[in-house]
Amino acid sequence: MPANRFNGHSDYGIGIGLRVPHYSHILSKKPVVDWFEIISENFMVEGGRPLELLDRILEQYRVVQHGVSMYFGSADRPDRAHLRKLKTLVKRTGTPWLSDHLCWGSVDGTYTHDLLPMPYTFAAARRTAEKIRQVRDYLEVPICVENVSSYAEFHVSEMTEWEFLTEVVERADCGILLDVNNIYVSSKNHGFDPYAYLNGVPADRVGQIHVAGHTKFEKYILDTHDHPVLDPVWRLYAHATRLCGVTATLLEWDNHIPSFEEVHEEALKANAYIAGARRQRKKP
Amino acid sequence: MKSTADLRAFQRLMTRAVIRPLTAEGRLQPRWTDDRPMADVAAGFIKPNDRLTAFERLEIYNRMYWFRLLDCAADDSPGLRHLLGEDRFAQLARAYLTKYPSRSFTLRNLCSRLPQFIREEPKWTAPRTALAWDIARFEWAQTVAFDGEGRPLPEPAEIAAIPPARLRLGLQPYLSLLALDYPVDAYVTAVKRRDALRGEASNAREGAARKVRRSRRVPPPRRGRIHLVVHRHSGRLFYKRVDPAAYRLLEAIGAGLPLARAIAAAAPRAGAARIQEWFATWMKLGWFFNAAPPRRSPK
Repeated sequence: MPANRFNGHSDYGIGIGLRVPHYSHILSKKPVVDWFEIISENFMVEGGRPLELLDRILEQYRVVQHGVSMYFGSADRPDRAHLRKLKTLVKRTGTPWLSDHLCWGSVDGTYTHDLLPMPYTFAAARRTAEKIRQVRDYLEVPICVENVSSYAEFHVSEMTEWEFLTEVVERADCGILLDVNNIYVSSKNHGFDPYAYLNGVPADRVGQIHVAGHTKFEKYILDTHDHPVLDPVWRLYAHATRLCGVTATLLEWDNHIPSFEEVHEEALKANAYIAGARRQRKKP
Repeated sequence: MKSTADLRAFQRLMTRAVIRPLTAEGRLQPRWTDDRPMADVAAGFIKPNDRLTAFERLEIYNRMYWFRLLDCAADDSPGLRHLLGEDRFAQLARAYLTKYPSRSFTLRNLCSRLPQFIREEPKWTAPRTALAWDIARFEWAQTVAFDGEGRPLPEPAEIAAIPPARLRLGLQPYLSLLALDYPVDAYVTAVKRRDALRGEASNAREGAARKVRRSRRVPPPRRGRIHLVVHRHSGRLFYKRVDPAAYRLLEAIGAGLPLARAIAAAAPRAGAARIQEWFATWMKLGWFFNAAPPRRSPK
């Protein structure tokens, strides 16, 4: 796995999300897993069982933090209390990098608890990049921002989503958590070519990749994380791997969660695509 | 959009639209706050595509917001939900979240103001408002006990060295003292047990599942004053009923009184042996931390 400055020069393979239904299996069976991704907010608490459990996981496994509420794209300033809690957790986990979404979800202190799409404007890109820099400087850990899936586009946008992503990460000098399922979902909802998206992002900034399942409705696709990864998403993953090199990869499965073994097996399917990408890269 | 102020204005508009209450049919409201057609407001900032209008695209976010938050409130309130029934609970939760949208980065705090709201707007829980208030306080106390801060326990030798007139102990921040008019601990426990049984029945034989589905609702408790400590021990949640005098003593200690004054004020007739017995149990359960300011080191 290639290490770069956006994933802390780490060399992580295929991981899965740490989820409540799997806790007892993981703690009792101690399965071999390359790494776990935790949702930071679930452990940004003062004490009790969540932190006891996290400490037991940390004794055995490598953990990477993934957030859902930093809202880099929000016009609000970063919340200091939030940042302090996050930094405490960063010190506890020793996460080599930290990811959160390129989105917004709160304004004036009111939270929607959603990952709302950005208006793709230069002003929004400048503001977002500034916040990413502030957060990174405070947390002292590399940051990767994740592209979200979306169901709406805005009249004010001045560029494509991948141009906006590029504008932000280059201004912030941060990494990308490339979610290929989100690219697929948004491509269907907005009618763009997902391969144009992949070809348009700076591959050398990708520190991690997400794969996940989604659900098709009559008029749109929802990013539900409740299915195995679909073939078109695996094909995008293979293409991303050819572009970016073999990158730390994580399967997200958050609803209707099956057994640990089933989730892990699904994640390990990435190996076949990684091998294919390796073969292709070796060809002259 | 040229500035952060423009971005903020955009985000305020969309937030107002996303958190606007759904219609009774669970759809985006057809009119905006100023009575303009919502379709016009949505079209003003959201692009349509070949399958969805701007209104429909906004509705996806509006519905997801409410479904997510109502699910979360329901998960955190099994007892209240059972008392009111699903429909009335949903009405209460919608009214609560409309008045008090989330102000925290974490959904863990979503129901923190629900007890207050129940008191402020009793119509949503009438005629059982007093019981609903007790249940809501009890259920929020469980969230606090689950992952609230735990401070280092005092060393017994350290405590023994301080005279009771000067000894100040603090109650662990994860611990809640509840004076309740209803024995809601037994009620909520029975509701959770019943829900767990229903969950298991969904994988059981159809006949058995039917039998469980038909099982009676847990009857609401009769009025009866209890004093409850909601706490955790070894990572697990517990509820412990305590004697009224013991409760008053814990309150006085939590308010910061030195131990001797707390005993004199709250439990003057409890007797030394009884108080010692209480303290032995409370110390064993780890309910205290040493609240005295650290000693100054000698010059």
